[in-house]
Amino acid sequence: MTPLPYRVTAKRRETPDTWTLDLEPVSEPIATPRPGQFTMLYAFGRGEIPISVSGLPGDGAPLRHTIRAVGNVSEALCDLAPGDGLGVRGPFGTCWGLDGAEGRDVVIMAGGIGLAPLRPAIEHVLVHRDSYGRFAVLVGCRTPGDLLYAGQLESWRGRFDVEVEVTVDSADPGWHGDVGVVTSLLPRIPVDPDNIAVMMCGPEVMMRFGARAMVERGVAEVDIEVSTERNMKCAIGHCGHCQLGPKFICADGPVFPLSQVGPLLAVRSL
Amino acid sequence: MVARRRSIGDLLAGHPFFADLPDRDLELIAGCGRNEVFRPGQLLFREGDPADWFYVIRRGRIALGIGVPGREDLIIDTLGPGEVLGWSWLFPPHVWTMDARALDTVHAIALDGVCLRGKCDEDPVLGYSLARRFAGILSDRLAATRLRLLDVYRAQSRG
Ligand SMILES: Cc1cc2nc3c(=O)[nH]c(=O)nc-3n(C[C@H](O)[C@H](O)[C@H](O)COP(=O)(O)OP(=O)(O)OC[C@H]3O[C@@H](n4cnc5c(N)ncnc54)[C@H](O)[C@@H]3O)c2cc1C
Ligand code: FES
Repeated sequence: MTPLPYRVTAKRRETPDTWTLDLEPVSEPIATPRPGQFTMLYAFGRGEIPISVSGLPGDGAPLRHTIRAVGNVSEALCDLAPGDGLGVRGPFGTCWGLDGAEGRDVVIMAGGIGLAPLRPAIEHVLVHRDSYGRFAVLVGCRTPGDLLYAGQLESWRGRFDVEVEVTVDSADPGWHGDVGVVTSLLPRIPVDPDNIAVMMCGPEVMMRFGARAMVERGVAEVDIEVSTERNMKCAIGHCGHCQLGPKFICADGPVFPLSQVGPLLAVRSL
Repeated sequence: MVARRRSIGDLLAGHPFFADLPDRDLELIAGCGRNEVFRPGQLLFREGDPADWFYVIRRGRIALGIGVPGREDLIIDTLGPGEVLGWSWLFPPHVWTMDARALDTVHAIALDGVCLRGKCDEDPVLGYSLARRFAGILSDRLAATRLRLLDVYRAQSRG
């Protein structure tokens, strides 16, 4: 599967090391991604990496990706300017169980850049608000300056039909929001274990703690979805680079019910 | 006087920290309590102050901070309704280890630690029950601190 040529149409700095790129196809677009899926972004001459879709294309909206510059390829992608070209393959992987969650309460828990793959899920629930029960979005990050989509979070918080809670690990006195780990937000939200869908993405340690807290409140592991991450190469289940125990994250994941990957998340190195 | 104590007892009974505590114990505890309101920005106590009180938060949020030489204070925790601020009253040397400041208008019940320690010494069943509740808070805070020590958001490329 060869990458399709795309071009950057806009670029927004989210935090000191994280950028959101708006992309448009030069000719043919990739198939429309679903919330939770990722693409392989190819920075010419540098390489290709998996990046989650942080904004779905359609209705005039571009394909969006939010990228944290951590190394060779992610830095090259963050250095792109409007007008520059890149390659896109995909979309790949499983998506959040938004259809199965209809009629139920939805709790979304995101840590750091884990909010990126959850943003399309949040937008989906908000657009189809009547199809879901209570809706809570819990977000954690290191400091206020590391918060993604701050403006959007603020506008969601202004709605009456979603509870948005944000907490940071530490802050200067200018911050009037919550300080504490993201799991400390959980006691605030009502949980009906028989009628809930939980979606989590963030550092694996955070997801382990968050999942444990939910299970302690009676939520079944099948009702908790987590998005996992491993290095990737082919993205189509051939090379074995992305293996998590018996699973290939690119093909079987990245979104899994906890019932399938819970024990694997607890293992130190796979 | 009696009416005031009863109303504090009722408020304590409705607070999750005191859930399931027998009325008799609630009355004993309420005898050491008083209602307090803090304005936004008001300092409740400073690091190093004697920790003679603790606070049962009913409304509003409180920021806990530590002074860091050469830079602005760092807020390391916020507490809100349903939570309890302070355990230094329980353990010698009974000194606060952080600053606490109201973020918004805070309604709290302040409980006199010296008074309560006396009652716990006289009534070990009450003492055990309270110590267990505080141990639960300490264990939650320890887990949260460990999670934060890992600095998970920095360590991983995603999240
Ligand atoms: C399904 C999936 C979705 C992803 N979505 C996003 C996203 O939306 N936004 C985003 O910024 N990143 C995302 N990532 C992570 C991203 O793919 C990696 O940051 C990227 O592959 C790093 O490549 P690099 O060449 O920039 O860094 P390298 O030069 O390869 O490595 C730099 C450093 O990052 C570490 N590293 C590399 N890859 C990973 C990884 N996958 N997990 C943890 N550490 C890693 C390396 O060990 C090294 O320390 C996703 C990963 C997967 C598997
Ligand atoms: S990346 Fe090759 S099998 Fe998943």
